[in-house]
Amino acid sequence: MTAFVALDDVSHVYGGAGGTLAVDGLSIHVNRGEFAAVVGPSGCGKSTLMKLATGLQFPFKGKVQVAGSVVSQPVKIAGMAFQAPTLLPWRTTLENLLLPLEIVEPHRSRLRRHKAEYVARAEALLASVGLGGQGEKYPWQLSGGMQQRTSLCRALIHEPDLLMLDEPFGALDAFTREELWCVIRDLQAARKITIVLVTHDLREATFLADRIFVMSARPGRVLAERVVDIPRPRDLEVTFSPEFGAIVHELREHIVVARR
Amino acid sequence: MKTTLAIRLAPWIATIALFVVWEAACRIFNIPSFFLPPPTLVFKAVVDYWPALYKHSLFTLSSTLVGFAMAVGFGLALGLAVGWSRAIYAGVYPLMIGFNAIPKVAVVPILVLWFGIGFVPAVLTAFLISFFPIVVNVATGLATIEPELEDVLKALGASKLDIMRKVGIPRALPYFFGSLKVAITLAFVGAVISESVASNVGIGNLMLQAQAQFQVPLIFAGLLALAVEGIVMYAMMAWLEARMTGWAQRSGFAQA
Repeated sequence: MTAFVALDDVSHVYGGAGGTLAVDGLSIHVNRGEFAAVVGPSGCGKSTLMKLATGLQFPFKGKVQVAGSVVSQPVKIAGMAFQAPTLLPWRTTLENLLLPLEIVEPHRSRLRRHKAEYVARAEALLASVGLGGQGEKYPWQLSGGMQQRTSLCRALIHEPDLLMLDEPFGALDAFTREELWCVIRDLQAARKITIVLVTHDLREATFLADRIFVMSARPGRVLAERVVDIPRPRDLEVTFSPEFGAIVHELREHIVVARR
Repeated sequence: MKTTLAIRLAPWIATIALFVVWEAACRIFNIPSFFLPPPTLVFKAVVDYWPALYKHSLFTLSSTLVGFAMAVGFGLALGLAVGWSRAIYAGVYPLMIGFNAIPKVAVVPILVLWFGIGFVPAVLTAFLISFFPIVVNVATGLATIEPELEDVLKALGASKLDIMRKVGIPRALPYFFGSLKVAITLAFVGAVISESVASNVGIGNLMLQAQAQFQVPLIFAGLLALAVEGIVMYAMMAWLEARMTGWAQRSGFAQA
């Protein structure tokens, strides 16, 4: 059985042949329902990984498969969230959530007639991340953490099988970040969704992921793969345990090597 | 409360102050009225020549508005096209900049050659002078789509048209409405230029005739009429902008 997200010996070049290699010989396998994290020094091609796995870019060499088929167009079963919440300021929070449904089928053609059903779904999703009743506010009336929660909801509203997160908590303060770790942990536990999280934060990766990939400096490839065997459900307290510390320490040493 | 009252009164106070200083300067320095008439004489000219001023103002206003409406339609379409495709942008932009650099007063004789004098060249001059800022602003607005958001939507299978409709156009609207304030005043300038060179009617023509007859207060009355019309049209566009794109104007910066 192939993995849910499978990159095999993938190389990718920006700017055509002769351009700089972003990733080279990259192989990553993530199983269905698994929470994977990708860490690495900056500029290691993590964003390229995001684009390859969602079908926004196609590899120069190698094979990218999602859900058993080779990626040859935008995958549509993926939700994405980034460091910046990128909400539309002219839409209310609720309307922002409905945006993907206006794009992706089958919701696109159903949305107008089944509006109430979708609005109820969006409100339930907002409530599940602690934003119940905030749907009528505009994004700029929300705090940074609340905007990022909304951005996560927008990535989940069409019930994707795959969630790609590119440093989604990078711009938040430490306390809000840990709060959102728990939000994403609970969402994953409830929905059994496959998640790929790209991050700089080793504690974040260790707390959330089942499997961590350490990438090298550009051109990016996988230097090490580490399974996190801390039992779930994990509490924030676990981040102070010795085994947690040991994993973070081990990752840290890989990164030191990667930066060399 | 006190500060808001001050802000409301400020434009009136400043305007009245300008007229007071002008009047005082004319009297103190004994400036002859054929050189610089004092505001009292200008206002008197406004009252005396009201029917003529009214008729000519209305003409200038109508040619301005028709030219402006054309500029909005054409500018919006071209701006969207330029923002849509890099090839169109690369092809059209140098042409537009070159075209914009041509003083429109130099174009009026050609328009007269083609369309005769009067309404049509005034409308076309107003149009030609005012579409450029609309094009530039709409294209700029479209260029500000965040690449991450584009990725989010593209990964869901959004077409370019989808992204344009859901994100690009709403994002460009504040730029568009902002440009209307500039464009309408430019259109007005264009109409007056054309009237001064090639027309029997309009404020521009009225002022030219007044100059020929040495009716200096009437020239200034014409200027006053132009200023008032310009302010009214600008205010209308500013109101429209605030109404249509309130979400983009939540900064307290300008109010401080």
